Amino acid sequence: MKILALDSSGLVASVAVIEDDNLIAEYTMNHKKTHSQTLMPMMDEIRQMTELDLSTIDAIAIAAGPGSFTGLRIGSATAKGLGLALDKPIIPVPTVEALAFNLYGTDKLVCPLMDARRNQVYTGLYEFDRTEENEYTLLPLVEQCAVDIQEILNTINTFEREVIFLGDGVSVFADKIKEVLRVPYTFAPASCNRQRAACVGTYGMQLYAKGVCESAAEHAPDYLRLSQAERERNEKQDNAQ
Amino acid sequence: MIKIRLCRWYRRIVGKEYIMENKDVLILAIESSCDETAAAVVKNGREVLANVIFSQIALHTLYGGVVPEIASRKHIEKINQVIEEALEEAHVTMDDITAIAVTYGPGLVGALLVGVSAAKAISFATGKPLIGVHHIEGHISANYIENKELEPPFACLVVSGGHTHLVVVNDYGEYQILGRTRDDAAGEAFDKVARAIGLGYPGGPKIDKLSKEGNPEAIHFPRAKVGESTYDFSFSGLKSAVLNYLNSCEMKNIEVNRADVAASFQKAVIDVLVEHALEAVKEYGFHKFAIAGGVASNSSLREAFEKECAKRRIEFYHPSPIYCTDNAAMIGVAGYYDYIKGKRDGYDLNAVPNLKLGER
Repeated sequence: MKILALDSSGLVASVAVIEDDNLIAEYTMNHKKTHSQTLMPMMDEIRQMTELDLSTIDAIAIAAGPGSFTGLRIGSATAKGLGLALDKPIIPVPTVEALAFNLYGTDKLVCPLMDARRNQVYTGLYEFDRTEENEYTLLPLVEQCAVDIQEILNTINTFEREVIFLGDGVSVFADKIKEVLRVPYTFAPASCNRQRAACVGTYGMQLYAKGVCESAAEHAPDYLRLSQAERERNEKQDNAQ
Repeated sequence: MIKIRLCRWYRRIVGKEYIMENKDVLILAIESSCDETAAAVVKNGREVLANVIFSQIALHTLYGGVVPEIASRKHIEKINQVIEEALEEAHVTMDDITAIAVTYGPGLVGALLVGVSAAKAISFATGKPLIGVHHIEGHISANYIENKELEPPFACLVVSGGHTHLVVVNDYGEYQILGRTRDDAAGEAFDKVARAIGLGYPGGPKIDKLSKEGNPEAIHFPRAKVGESTYDFSFSGLKSAVLNYLNSCEMKNIEVNRADVAASFQKAVIDVLVEHALEAVKEYGFHKFAIAGGVASNSSLREAFEKECAKRRIEFYHPSPIYCTDNAAMIGVAGYYDYIKGKRDGYDLNAVPNLKLGER
């Protein structure tokens, strides 16, 4: 199976091509330019360098949220355009789970933290579980969600197990983690602490095997949050009742 | 024998066109700059094979105006559907398409990015050229669809919710701006006044309708002049005058005749638009004048221009309402002329929310 994978959910833009258990190419950028300017040129670079025939792609895996609303949409619209033109399906990969997949096989708990502003994080809590087919699969202890940083740290304390943090929220909340956490913890190093399309694609293949797949037309990001206008409107209606 | 000769003669005389006829240029166009998700297929710049628009108006009405984040989310949900419908309606496949055109500004950045990203991906996956189109150039170009004889140069007034531009179209893709609004766009003033008299969003069509029951001479609202500039517009003063009038009526406990307010306000807008536009037409010696943009479907505005242009023996052009509202057909038309002029964009094409007309 050959997969084209994309992630533009955060500050990182990443594109990868994976065929079965071979990573053919991966291009990851964590720089100022907007995803709109980088993602497609990066994909074009990969196509040229690997002489990729796009028609040989079986599916497009995309970091489908949560994340920056605009970033998610650039990725999703790109995936949808590719899916439409190539007539290929989309594998929507939960962003936080794909991040956790960076630490494949660890016996520690994994807690991705993505800064969601206003003291909130997009996060989840995971462990790796060994299957009968001799591979590890991601087991969620806390499903991906948007919560206050304090809340996820409190939850981690209840597990009384060592935890590894990763993601762009780590530097933002390092002091808070130090203050609140009562279990041993480490921060993942630069080689594996941000979104990577290789993880989106590899983990996406596992999801695909479990039947996670949708048409390009029906795909849309999972923001985990309503728009501000909708939130305020709901609050108003709740108050009125 | 005669037939064969005629055919050869035809080929020799209009050889160029003959080739063009055989090689139709089909543009797949995408538009998502505000609250309409749209796709179209346009043949040779003048013939619309499909024009699909998914309007989000009902959704935004709940909030009294367009909410950018909600608009962007809806665009993502609908983008593939409108493109697929457009291809189907045009009875073509992606293989038949010559190039992809997409609005890249001006507009809401999050909304624009959906169309731009999808268009780039389609261009990348199919190897077909990508052409970024200016939204206002699209509105102006909408006039070419139903007026096959219309060619530059001519003057055009673009009036919509976000724009009020008086433009000289020197050639396809070549524009000179004579005047623009200094504050609110004409359509914006319509929306704000409509909200003030309780008509709701979108204001343009509602004021247009209610005005028919009112007296346009009932209340005199100011016609703003902008300093030394003959062609610039200003509508915020007019909007304030209407709000002041409503306040003073309330203070004095006088019942407001909403139809009269609507009609008088609309008349004030139209008077200024007509005066400035026709002054420019006269000054520059044009015999052709066109209007474009959402407000161009306002019936009183059309009537006023029809009357005044007829008086001055000026040909007056305007698109049907379906091509006045935001649509992708107009982007396909503008994209066609960009295409034959050789304009191409790269995969780094970005959305430019405040893109200026004539800027590339």
